[in-house]
Amino acid sequence: MASPSLMDSLFQRSLDDIIKGLRHQQSTESTFISKVIEEIRREIKTTDLQTKSTALQKLTYLNSIHSIDMSWASFHAIECISSPAFAHKKIGYLAISQSFNESTPVILLISNQLRKDLNSGNEFEVNLALDCLSRIGTVDLCRDLTSEVFTLMSTSKVFVRKKAVGVVFRLFEKYPDAVRVCFKRLVESLESSDSQILSAVVGVFCELASKDPRSYLPLAPEFYRILVGSRNNWVLIKVLKIFANLAPLEPRLAKRVVEPICDHLRKTGAKSMVFECIRTVATSFTEYESAVKLAAVKIREFLLEDDPNLKYLGLHGLSIMAPKHLWAVLENKDIVIQSLSDEDPNIKLESLCLLMAMVSESNVVEICRVLVNYALKSDLEFCNEILGSILSTCCQNVYEIITDFDWYVSLLGEMSRIPHCQKGEEIENQLIDIGMRVKDVRPELVRVGHHLLIDPALLGNPYLHRMLSAAAWVCGEYVEFSGNPVELLEALLQPRTSLLPSSIRTVYMQSAFKVLFFCVCTYIEQKEDMTLEVSDLTSKGECSESSDLASAKAPVECDQDEGFNPRNSSQSYEDPSVVNGGPGHVSTSAFMEEKSFTRESIVKLVNLMELSMCPLSGSYDVEIQERARNALGFIELVKQDILSRLLRKEANSESEDVCASKIVEWLHDAFYEELGPVSITAQERVLIPDELVLKQNLADLEAICGNVELTSSCSFSLRSPYYGESAGVSFSNHQVEEDSEPSTEATSLLTEHRRRHELYYLPSEKNETITTANDYAPATITIANDYPPANYLSSGINTNDDSQDLVTLTNQSLLPKRKPNYAKPRPVVVKLDEGDAAPVTAKKPEVKDDLLSGAIRDILNEAKSASSQSNPSDKSSIKKKGKEKLNVDLSDSKEDLAVREQPNPENPSSRRSKHRGHGKEKSKKSQEKKDGAGREDGGEKGKQKSRNRNGKHKTRQRADAPSNVAAQTPAIPDFLL
Amino acid sequence: MGIRFILMVNKQGQTRLAQYYEWLTLEERRALEGEIVRKCLARNDQQCSFVEHRNYKIVYRRYASLFFLVGVDNDENELAILEFIHLLVETMDRHFGNVCELDIMFHLEKAHFMLEEMVMNGCIVETSKCNILSPIQLMDKTS
Repeated sequence: MASPSLMDSLFQRSLDDIIKGLRHQQSTESTFISKVIEEIRREIKTTDLQTKSTALQKLTYLNSIHSIDMSWASFHAIECISSPAFAHKKIGYLAISQSFNESTPVILLISNQLRKDLNSGNEFEVNLALDCLSRIGTVDLCRDLTSEVFTLMSTSKVFVRKKAVGVVFRLFEKYPDAVRVCFKRLVESLESSDSQILSAVVGVFCELASKDPRSYLPLAPEFYRILVGSRNNWVLIKVLKIFANLAPLEPRLAKRVVEPICDHLRKTGAKSMVFECIRTVATSFTEYESAVKLAAVKIREFLLEDDPNLKYLGLHGLSIMAPKHLWAVLENKDIVIQSLSDEDPNIKLESLCLLMAMVSESNVVEICRVLVNYALKSDLEFCNEILGSILSTCCQNVYEIITDFDWYVSLLGEMSRIPHCQKGEEIENQLIDIGMRVKDVRPELVRVGHHLLIDPALLGNPYLHRMLSAAAWVCGEYVEFSGNPVELLEALLQPRTSLLPSSIRTVYMQSAFKVLFFCVCTYIEQKEDMTLEVSDLTSKGECSESSDLASAKAPVECDQDEGFNPRNSSQSYEDPSVVNGGPGHVSTSAFMEEKSFTRESIVKLVNLMELSMCPLSGSYDVEIQERARNALGFIELVKQDILSRLLRKEANSESEDVCASKIVEWLHDAFYEELGPVSITAQERVLIPDELVLKQNLADLEAICGNVELTSSCSFSLRSPYYGESAGVSFSNHQVEEDSEPSTEATSLLTEHRRRHELYYLPSEKNETITTANDYAPATITIANDYPPANYLSSGINTNDDSQDLVTLTNQSLLPKRKPNYAKPRPVVVKLDEGDAAPVTAKKPEVKDDLLSGAIRDILNEAKSASSQSNPSDKSSIKKKGKEKLNVDLSDSKEDLAVREQPNPENPSSRRSKHRGHGKEKSKKSQEKKDGAGREDGGEKGKQKSRNRNGKHKTRQRADAPSNVAAQTPAIPDFLL
Repeated sequence: MGIRFILMVNKQGQTRLAQYYEWLTLEERRALEGEIVRKCLARNDQQCSFVEHRNYKIVYRRYASLFFLVGVDNDENELAILEFIHLLVETMDRHFGNVCELDIMFHLEKAHFMLEEMVMNGCIVETSKCNILSPIQLMDKTS
């Protein structure tokens, strides 16, 4: 490209030209921009700073508005800021703060220029440099420029000083050592009478305190002064945020601060301030009843406003309060329910959350009923929000709030039928989970599953496929509860199942296989029964042992040759009492129906199965193919036998029968095993087999990573509380056994190794070998069979469809009743001791700015140790301990001080002054400040603090036994308290 | 960090000003702006001015054809941010005299300077219109 000519500089397009050009060339924006970029690339290379800066200005504009890359121009930006002309500097700095980041290669080159500008006599240049530093400051830049910023923090120009204070946050964040230099001045700024400075410094402390509140507890008095003294709402909001972080750490502080906050809440007219007070009270002052009540009143005022913003915030405030003060939500339930039909989706969502927070055992049925009806009428998004929140609320703590599982299962079925429903996966998980955990609900589960499976429409909705797979699995697994296995089989084999993805189709096929097997099995058993016991019974298959109900019903079944026509099935759907006739009758009626298999119907079933499996045996999907072949193989074995029987009618054919029934018996054994829920931690309980030698491998491992040992101790301590919990009754004794075993040399080596490399071992507590899931599931099922099966409680449920229902939810339904008397006991829900929730590692949130808080504690400690200057060694020891926990540290040094400063006559007076009130304290301190200056002053202050603590400490010591010292929590000075 | 970004977007969804207080790549910025514009511009006057997006909140306000959108942390005070937006508009109004979209387009740099006076490190540091404008006016005079 040609070097920029004079013509270029003379006729350079200005930024305004570009903007105008862009406005008038909407259609070909991209070509226009690429042309401009080409120009810029040419112009920016010139030595003329005017041309260069204009080019840079244009590029910056394009970068910020049209997202055009400008990283290639970073060096030119640096050239611009080194220009003596302010206009060029301005452009350069804007470009830099917009485009530079940590990885910009030339960023270090600006260090010198920044320093020059920070020291400049022109306050605007200083300003530019400060702004730039606050935006792009890296570790290196912050380190290099800390001293300049420190100087600027005490400049007489307020305009610059406030910026310098603002930059300090960036310095601390990137270069924690800056704390040593700047912290004292920052703290002094808190006392500034200038509102601009105050506003900046409170902002900085608000950010700092949100990251590591504990370090700033000693500054609480300063914040308190601002809280009661300031009239500036911006500042007050920040101070409230600071106290929201500090108060939970120090109950005495909370006690002192809660009253002024309530004062503000009562008096202020600014809504933002009101809301901040509400939020502060709701998050950090939850145990102060009167404050919470006041906040609830204010929230109610918000809710009654027409302004959607206030309404939203009111609901939001309620949801902050909900976990600890549910009454506040209940008081406003009418508004919450109304908001569910608000036109703002955000407000709807908030109110949905609140509604779910109100759900309890007593009202879950009603609320869910209403919500499901409401979901039917909602748009897709909100419908799924509703369904999702119902599902997640109901399954909390292993279905804690559900007492009537029959109802819940049918609710799940109902949810699946909502046209917008996309929650197939969650419903799938819950259907299977409930099936495994709650024995009593299985008949209803099968009924619901059956109902879903026979509906061909559902197969067309891909979101529901997962749910259908659960329904298929449930029906196959618990087919013995099915009222109509034949229809079930037909449903599982219906042609539309070709719409399913192959993974789910295989579940269908497997279930169909189970159903068929069940039918054949029943048929053969029934055959045997007949030949053995009641040989004179007709071949219709009527059963002699049926109960009253069964015999009453049997003729209905038996006078139809097929036994299972649609009429029959529809009857059982319409009237659930036929299926679950009541406690004890379920199995009877199901059994009765099973008994009515005829040869014809069995043959028909087998043929149907064969017909639908045959084409699938050639499928390209191996899973499908395998299952089809399994089924066909089974059919082959059984069919001949059944057919031959059919031919020979009642003739004696025991020999062939034996063959078939043998097969069936074997298979029966295979399917008989009941599946239980599997603990997430099951893997950990697997015993290490004796022949498995882990030692050799690990020895190699040790050689490879010799000193990576340190992680082991950590992982051990993390897991140990968890052991205690999981070592249930059944497992605890195994540990003892293992430990007390006489150890041969090999085992001792092994245990030695184990101790050192805990990380690589499975925990040894669980010596129970888990062969099947079944092995340990029953251990937690206590007395499942003693409970009568759960009933479907059809009366008393408000099935009114109207969405106005929402509003008519009565007081009764929302007020948490104290454990009402249930007509029937809650069925047993299998809970695994610890495996139900994903194991929460007791890992504390990583303290990211460890360095920063360490540095700040250092500073505060230094201030303290300055008071004990008589003993220099003491100071250094405290300094060394700086990074340790503050309270430990404090108690140490305090003890020292207590001994050393006891004779100090000033002690009692300082103690008294602190009790008299803060104002006095304040004046005293500022007096002291006048005496000393700079670091000296900090020392003084620190000294005073420690004296105060010292005084307090002494009184405590007098009262308590001296040995208690360490147990006290002396993290905060007692200025306020 | 309080405020994460400040956007001004017109009715058509074109960005008129973008100020970020955390580093995002150009692609991330573009994606973010697109998502936010889609989410916020579709809302009507009867709906509230707060939208949750990813792991933060957007507080927005519409002035004639221009939307002011501020992305803030979740614990930031929404109403205070609305106040802040209003303050920003008033400040611009005082400077430009009845500010409109074109003023911001053609004086983007000044808009940035105002923001820099008001916000540092994502914290609101200055809330007095006089204090915000005085350096800008001084600079205008000297240059």
